[in-house]
Amino acid sequence: MDGIVLKVVYAILSLLLIFNYGMLVIGVTAKIVARAHGRIGPPFYQPYIDLLKSISMRTSVHHGVMFWLGPVFRLTGGIGLYMLIPAVYGSEWLQNFSFSGDLILVIYFIFFGMLGMALGAGESGHPFSAMGIMRGLAHTTASEVPFALAIIAVAAQYHTLSISDIVAAQQGGIGHWTLMTNPLATLAGMLAYLGMMMHSPFDLHMAPQEIPVGPVTEYNSSYLALMQSNRSIFASAKLILFMNLFFGGATSIPEMVVKTFLIFFFCVFVGVVFPRFRVEQSVRWFLKLPTMIGVLAVFIYAVHG
Amino acid sequence: MDKEKDGVLATIEEARKSFNEQDYYCQELPKTVQPVANKIVRGFYNWAQANSLWILGFGTGCGSIELPPLFTPRYDVARFGIFPRPTPRQAGVFIISGYLSVKTLKRVIRSYEQMQNPKFVLGLGSCTVNGGMYFDSYNTINRLDYYLPVDVYIAGCMPRPEALMKGFETLKEQIRAGKAEGANHYVENLEWYKANQKQIIKDWDMPEYNW
Repeated sequence: MDGIVLKVVYAILSLLLIFNYGMLVIGVTAKIVARAHGRIGPPFYQPYIDLLKSISMRTSVHHGVMFWLGPVFRLTGGIGLYMLIPAVYGSEWLQNFSFSGDLILVIYFIFFGMLGMALGAGESGHPFSAMGIMRGLAHTTASEVPFALAIIAVAAQYHTLSISDIVAAQQGGIGHWTLMTNPLATLAGMLAYLGMMMHSPFDLHMAPQEIPVGPVTEYNSSYLALMQSNRSIFASAKLILFMNLFFGGATSIPEMVVKTFLIFFFCVFVGVVFPRFRVEQSVRWFLKLPTMIGVLAVFIYAVHG
Repeated sequence: MDKEKDGVLATIEEARKSFNEQDYYCQELPKTVQPVANKIVRGFYNWAQANSLWILGFGTGCGSIELPPLFTPRYDVARFGIFPRPTPRQAGVFIISGYLSVKTLKRVIRSYEQMQNPKFVLGLGSCTVNGGMYFDSYNTINRLDYYLPVDVYIAGCMPRPEALMKGFETLKEQIRAGKAEGANHYVENLEWYKANQKQIIKDWDMPEYNW
C-alpha cells in the first residue's frame, strides 16, 4: 500500500514538472523568435497567463458529450505518453512507469490523442473543424510511417521493446548514442519528428490564416484550457521520447532540459526557413524520402543482426 | 411556371417565418454572469484577462488598416499579450474599426453574440463615436453605442498606432478595476439593443440571439 501511494505522489510530481517545463519551453521559444524578428515579444510566462484567462472565462458553449471528450482524450494521450517514458533515467521520482513493450504503446498513445480530437471536432459541427481534422489525420498517418520504421530499426538494433532498456544501452558517452550507432534510423526518426510536432512547415491542420485554427475552432473557455494544457504536456512528452530514443536519454534534470530544448530548436529552425506545406505535398514527401531511409535502416538491422 | 415560382417563394417565406420555431437553433436568451465573489481570485482573474487580450480577426472597416502595423517590430503589441484569434469563440476583444455599414452590422452582431463572457468592444475611429466622415450616409450607423456596448472609444481618422496602444492601456485599466462588464450590460438591456438593431436591419433572417 505504501509503495502505491509513493508511486502516485511521484507520478503527480513528475507530471507537474513536465507541465511547467512545456509551458516555459513554449514561452521562451516565442520570446526567442520575437527577438529574431527584432521585437521585444511577450513575457516568457505568457502561456500561464493565457491558460489562466481561459479558465477565468465565465460562460462556455458546449456541443455535446463528444465535444467535451475530445480534449479529454487528447490530454489522456499526452499524459499516457509521458507516464510510459523515463524522463530522467536513473532518477527515483522521474523514472515513470516503463515496462517491456511500451515502445508500441507509445505509438498508440500518440495517434489516440489525434483520433479523440477528431471525434470532438466532428461533433462541434463547424465545417472548418472537419476540414482541419481531415488534413490532420492524413498528415499524422503519413508521418507515422517513417516513425514506425525508425522504431522497428531501433528495436531490432537493441533487441528490446522497452524504452528504459534502450536508454540503458545508450549510456557511456556520446559514442553509444543511437545517433552514432544507427544514423539512418535517427535521420528517419527526426524527419518524422518534424511532422509529429505539427509545427511549421507541417502545421496545415491548424493553419491560422486559411481555416480558423482548424479542429479547435469551436473550443472556448475551459475546453480551450484543456487543449492548452495538453499542448505543453504533449509537446514535452514527445521531446523526451525522441531524446530517449536517439540521443542517449538524460541522467539529470539539467541534461534533460538542455537536450530537449536543442531538439525543439531544430524544429523551430526548420519552421522559420520553410513555408507551410500543403497536405498532398507533405504526405507525398513523408512517403518518399523518410520512408526510404527508414526501410534502409530496417534492412541493415534485419540483415546485420 | 408562375405557380412553380410561387411554390418555391412560398417555401422560402415559410422557412424564414418559422426560423424561430425550428429546432435548429437554441431559443434561450442569455443570462448575466457575475464575476467571482472572492476578492483575491477576482483580482487575479482580472489581471489575467487584462494581460492576455485576444482580438477577433474581423476588420470591419477602413480602420482595420491600422491594426497590422501594431504587430510589426516598431510598435509590437505582442509584448502586452495581445494576439489575434480568428474565431469569435476564442476571442475576447472585438475592435469595430471605422465606419460600420448596416450589412456589416448584421455580421458583427452575429460574431459578437458568439463570443464568451467577459468580452470587450473597442470603437476605433470617429465613425463609431458620432458617424465621423460618413455621418450623413444612408448606409452606415452613426452611434455604435445603440447597437453594442462599447468599453473604450479611440477617436481619430485614423488614430495612429500610439493612440491605439493608449486605448489598449485604458481598456486594461478598466478590466483590472472590474469596470468592463459590457457582456452583462448587453444581456441586461437586451430588449433595447435588439429593438435598435431590428429597426435598422431590415432583412433580419438570423435567430433572436446568435449562440
